[in-house]
Amino acid sequence: MIHQYKLNGYNIVIDVASGSVHSVDEVAYDAIGMFETHTREEITSALLKKYSESPDINEKEISDLLDDIQYLKDEKKLFTKDIYEGKSLNLKLRGNVVKALCLHVSHTCNLNCEYCFAAQGKYHGQSALMSFETGKRALDFLIENSGSRKNLEVDFFGGEPLMNFEVVKELVKYARSVEEKAGKHFRFTLTTNGMLIDDDVIDFCNRECHNVVLSLDGRREIHDAKRPTPSGKGSYDIILPKFKKLVEARGGKGYYMRGTFTHANTDFTNDIFHMADLGFTELSMEPVVCKPTEPYALTGDDLPILLGQYEILAKEMIKRKREGRGFTFYHYMIDLKAGPCIYKRISGCGSGTEYMAVTPAGELYPCHQFVGDKKYLMGNVWDGVTNTEIRDSFASCNVYSREECKNCWARLYCSGGCAANSYHATGSINGVYEYGCELFKKRMECAIMMKVAEEDDE
Amino acid sequence: MKKTNRIKTIETRDLTKSVKNGGCGECQTSCCGVANQQCEK
Repeated sequence: MIHQYKLNGYNIVIDVASGSVHSVDEVAYDAIGMFETHTREEITSALLKKYSESPDINEKEISDLLDDIQYLKDEKKLFTKDIYEGKSLNLKLRGNVVKALCLHVSHTCNLNCEYCFAAQGKYHGQSALMSFETGKRALDFLIENSGSRKNLEVDFFGGEPLMNFEVVKELVKYARSVEEKAGKHFRFTLTTNGMLIDDDVIDFCNRECHNVVLSLDGRREIHDAKRPTPSGKGSYDIILPKFKKLVEARGGKGYYMRGTFTHANTDFTNDIFHMADLGFTELSMEPVVCKPTEPYALTGDDLPILLGQYEILAKEMIKRKREGRGFTFYHYMIDLKAGPCIYKRISGCGSGTEYMAVTPAGELYPCHQFVGDKKYLMGNVWDGVTNTEIRDSFASCNVYSREECKNCWARLYCSGGCAANSYHATGSINGVYEYGCELFKKRMECAIMMKVAEEDDE
Repeated sequence: MKKTNRIKTIETRDLTKSVKNGGCGECQTSCCGVANQQCEK
């Protein structure tokens, strides 16, 4: 299976199963499109007719071009057969290794964000803070269940995790005291709204956190409309200087500005450019996750606007990079040469299997977006995974478990997408959130086009 | 070898070969897509 598209003056062909990417001219683009369904004679005739006014297009040239396409097919770089659906591959994906936890150290928050999927940080329950004992047990659970994995990841999440900062520091101290003996390496990340960032937090983050995720929605009026304090005031002017100080102290690396866009700012590229103009260079902007009945939910009419925005973003990023003032966008950070292997591409983010969320009470859920939904309670950090049915359902939830995905060109880039998005959109983790698919495919087309443009610039 | 210069192939990781050399599990949990993750083998 191949995918062909034209974007920003480039003709691009993706060979889905091998991952090969080709930048081609118009004639080759047409020839590749016909190659599997027409004879050489038919293709030659069609191309001679279409390009009759091009002096360099003759039978010999077309014959050579068709030989090139056949050569790439023989080299398994075009029309490569998908060999990944077999049973043996899926067996390797199974296993009960846990390598990452999302630690909900705080189910309370000091902001009142309108679109919060976690219901103002409480996850539809009571306010709660994780105790050191529960957090310590979670880290031990992770070590005990991580098999031969060396790299273990822990994200401090909430609510607002800095509302339980003392426990966060104690947990990191504990992890560092046991990791060497256990033969492990902990990578900590912190997701924060920034309200409580001070010098102590900055020092801690720069010493211990592999990555920090900083919530900023872009322009002041956009941010403040959706992310007010409990008293209704905007938070932009409070957090911006703190974020700037933290990022500067980190040397401008190991962080992401993470924004959310909604129906209110379908021109979200302006928010990304705003953050870039503020001096932030590691940027991420995500579509809101919510019920379709919410007033800020993205609509069907928004979709073509959003797809256009992703193209605007890609073109502007190329332009700024050439001008020496580039920035990165999380979804365009694609590494064609050293990207993930096929196992990772089929199994995806690992939610419910190698990645789980831990509540302040020590309960285990498939990921942070399922927390509070008792149907998805998997167990706890003392007894481990007791509802193995949930784990099995997530283990078998991958690209090849959905008919729609099997025939999609982007399947090995998205890995079947986000189980939580599927669940919230369709009621099943095996469903397909088609709106998200359209956004994802456009992002991939843009990201790959940018890589082709990069090659052109070198 | 290609006979024309009408197709420029960008260097990419061959996924078919990663059936044998992949699966170590050390890469970062993306949390999502995985395209922007990096192999850490």
